[in-house]
Amino acid sequence: MFKNISIGQYIPGNSAVHNLDPRIKIIITFIFIASLFIITRFTGYIFILAYIYIVVQISKVPFSYVLKGLKPIIIILLLTVGLNMFFTPGGITIFMLGPLKVTTSGLRLAGFMALRLIFLIIGTSLLTLTTSPISLTDGIEHLLNPFKKIGIPAHELAMMMTIALRFIPTLIEETDKIMKAQMARGADFESGNLIKRAKNLIPLLVPLFISAFRRADELAIAMESRCYKGGENRTRMKQLHIENRDYIALVITIFMVAVLVWNRFWKW
Amino acid sequence: MSIKVENVSYIYNEGTPFETHALKNINFSINDKEFVGIIGHTGSGKSTLIQQLNGLLKPTSGDIYINGKKITDKNINLRDIRKEVGLVFQYPEYQLFEETIFKDIAFGPTNLNLDQEDIKERVYEAMDIVGLSRDLEDKSPFEVSGGQRRRIAIAGVLSMRPKVLILDEPTAGLDPRGRDEILMRIKKIHEKYTMITILVSHSMEDIAKYADKIIVMNNGEIAVSGTPREIFRQVDLLESIGLGIPQITYLARQLKNKGIEIPEDVLTVEEAKEYIARYLRGVHNV
Repeated sequence: MFKNISIGQYIPGNSAVHNLDPRIKIIITFIFIASLFIITRFTGYIFILAYIYIVVQISKVPFSYVLKGLKPIIIILLLTVGLNMFFTPGGITIFMLGPLKVTTSGLRLAGFMALRLIFLIIGTSLLTLTTSPISLTDGIEHLLNPFKKIGIPAHELAMMMTIALRFIPTLIEETDKIMKAQMARGADFESGNLIKRAKNLIPLLVPLFISAFRRADELAIAMESRCYKGGENRTRMKQLHIENRDYIALVITIFMVAVLVWNRFWKW
Repeated sequence: MSIKVENVSYIYNEGTPFETHALKNINFSINDKEFVGIIGHTGSGKSTLIQQLNGLLKPTSGDIYINGKKITDKNINLRDIRKEVGLVFQYPEYQLFEETIFKDIAFGPTNLNLDQEDIKERVYEAMDIVGLSRDLEDKSPFEVSGGQRRRIAIAGVLSMRPKVLILDEPTAGLDPRGRDEILMRIKKIHEKYTMITILVSHSMEDIAKYADKIIVMNNGEIAVSGTPREIFRQVDLLESIGLGIPQITYLARQLKNKGIEIPEDVLTVEEAKEYIARYLRGVHNV
């Protein structure tokens, strides 16, 4: 039943994309997101598509996985397309549906927004698909470091994220186990109306909460007994290094942004 | 009651990069009243296998028959199967959730839609079997000791009066006394209710002491199966998959190598004591 959950949907690999420094990857992702908003012509998306295509090819992530990221936003996508299509004034009216008018500029905007959303999701899911949650939080911690001065607890935030991510699979496994144990005792999680179903979840939720608290307690003791004390002077086993390939990736991305800017302002 | 497993294979996460073959072409059958031990390493597929037997997992291919009924059919009522096949998971005390011990043990029978009197009778019976005193019934399951919590969880399955009882490592994490006690009770339940009992364990000693038949799992396959004596004769095979035989059996083999008259398939300490005493008497009488 939990086969389709893809939080921290990391797919292990050893490609150039996987091996990029997480900090650079996060920065590149932000640049990529920003670049989507530079585009004002459809031709701009050709470059974005080419860029994404190359990244996916290098990373060797199956394309189906990249597209899977779109599933949860399908409703938002349809809503955006619908609203833009029907409520954009101007242009030539193509056809009318009662008070609703579909115009050429409406269609154009709808297509535009849809593409922007799709690439936004694909770009960010490529980041999580090729970066393990641990190195992702590592990267975030480093990027947040300069903000420590204004009181942002970068290390603590990163540690909290790491622990949360670390325990997602554990809790899913635990849920699965308790569910099976209760099903073996005749519990039913699948039938009945909403209220009945919610009630039926009690035999699952109570043991799950108890074990989550137990785990948290045990983890805290284990960390303290190894003298864990956040932030200051903590060294790490995996040092992050920025290498040539990171610069190359960054340069290629900036080049793409330059092409997009050129595409936007160049008079054809 | 009988169980028949035919060509069962099971694949986790089929069609993803995380695909793993947990079971490969498993075949065995269990007859009425048998006490079967399943032994194997962590990850050998034991737990996956037993979950197939009450329909919690469906085999990727192959069929399972419980008492001649094919439970791998699409439109079978799984609740009926789970009523017959009781499964006690590893660390079952983590599944407890009710306010009182009585209510928790009654969870299974309540799901069977029995009337109050019947439920009461079953709960008390189950508490007696596992050795829980009846004054505990109104206590919270969270305020008693770990060993008692485990008994409550086992009682919770027994109260459904299954005809097949499967226990996954029922003694994990218990002290030696708690372990012996639980196993003794299981043996008694097995004899009293003449059910099929399947005990999953990685302790050769426990399995040797109680099981009529042993199935040794390795890498998702049955490495060997048979009576304890048949199994323990194949020391090399067992050692090659990292299992070994009970220490007392090792001792008997060593004694035999030294020329002492003792069968090398001795299974329990009591048995060995008998033979050694007999041998010593023989020596002194000469």
